[in-house]
Amino acid sequence: MSGGHEHHHGHDHDRTFQPDDDAAGLSEHMALVAAVRELLIEQDIYSAEDERRAIERMDARSPATGARMVARAWVDPAYRERLLADGAAAARELGIEIGPTRLIVVADTAETKNVIVCTLCSCYPRWVLGLPPAWYKARAYRARVVVEPRAVLAEFGTTLPEGMAVRVHDSTADMRYMVLPRRPEGTGSWSEEALAGIVSRDCMIGVALPDPAPHPAPGAAESAA
Amino acid sequence: MSAPRFATGARVRVATRHPACHHRVPAYIKGHAGTVERLCGVFGNPETLAHGGDGLPAQPLYRVRFAARALWGTRAEDEADTVEVEVYEHWLEAAP
Repeated sequence: MSGGHEHHHGHDHDRTFQPDDDAAGLSEHMALVAAVRELLIEQDIYSAEDERRAIERMDARSPATGARMVARAWVDPAYRERLLADGAAAARELGIEIGPTRLIVVADTAETKNVIVCTLCSCYPRWVLGLPPAWYKARAYRARVVVEPRAVLAEFGTTLPEGMAVRVHDSTADMRYMVLPRRPEGTGSWSEEALAGIVSRDCMIGVALPDPAPHPAPGAAESAA
Repeated sequence: MSAPRFATGARVRVATRHPACHHRVPAYIKGHAGTVERLCGVFGNPETLAHGGDGLPAQPLYRVRFAARALWGTRAEDEADTVEVEVYEHWLEAAP
């Protein structure tokens, strides 16, 4: 650091600094985890590098994997049937590693919109969607989406057509869930790869719908000019 | 372990118990009736697994569909809305 940081940008660092994550010190459980980890490494059960690599592999998982499965289901009705019958087997069929996950894929229809939550903790199909977003784990989402899913969806900018029912899936035990959204109108000529590109993480949690229209970020046109 | 007691479509009611141990039945469905959507399989019981036990006897696990109106009354947003929850068999009894 040069130390030449000047305060001409209109805020006060004393007030904008956030507390560090570990500011509260170790809880009993954090200390227990640290102790067990040290023992496992000391006794050569695994190495620190093994652990780092495992975390790196977990962090590298992404919603693009789930999007591939959705796009395939959109172009191949037989695959769609297999995906709905056994999500994990359908993932493996595409060469996707899914570990011990038991995956239930729930299909949106003209009559029903599906939404996923885990009200008890934060169960999430990590093998096919990657790490969950912070809001998925937040108490507000978990508590509200089972009671007022339409209000929550509206806050995500998703308004459902009149007469569509909402079905909330609470992942309370051994199964994991992914939503198979409906293929949007006007995408009949699209390639499977292009289709996968409009299937976002939020579409597969169920709080958003795939949208084939381009959505440049606000201000993108100006900054590109 | 005995064969699963409930078939898809069966009406079931969730027990109203509040054990101090870890259990995976959310409070909002306790005492409510719903319909078995499917049998998910047979799994170790988390109530003993979470406390160093063997999870035996294993429990059939069902997905049970509840009407939002049944759970939330007039707070429910729409008559047609539903909530589906995984519930182990030892929490369920047949409902009329």
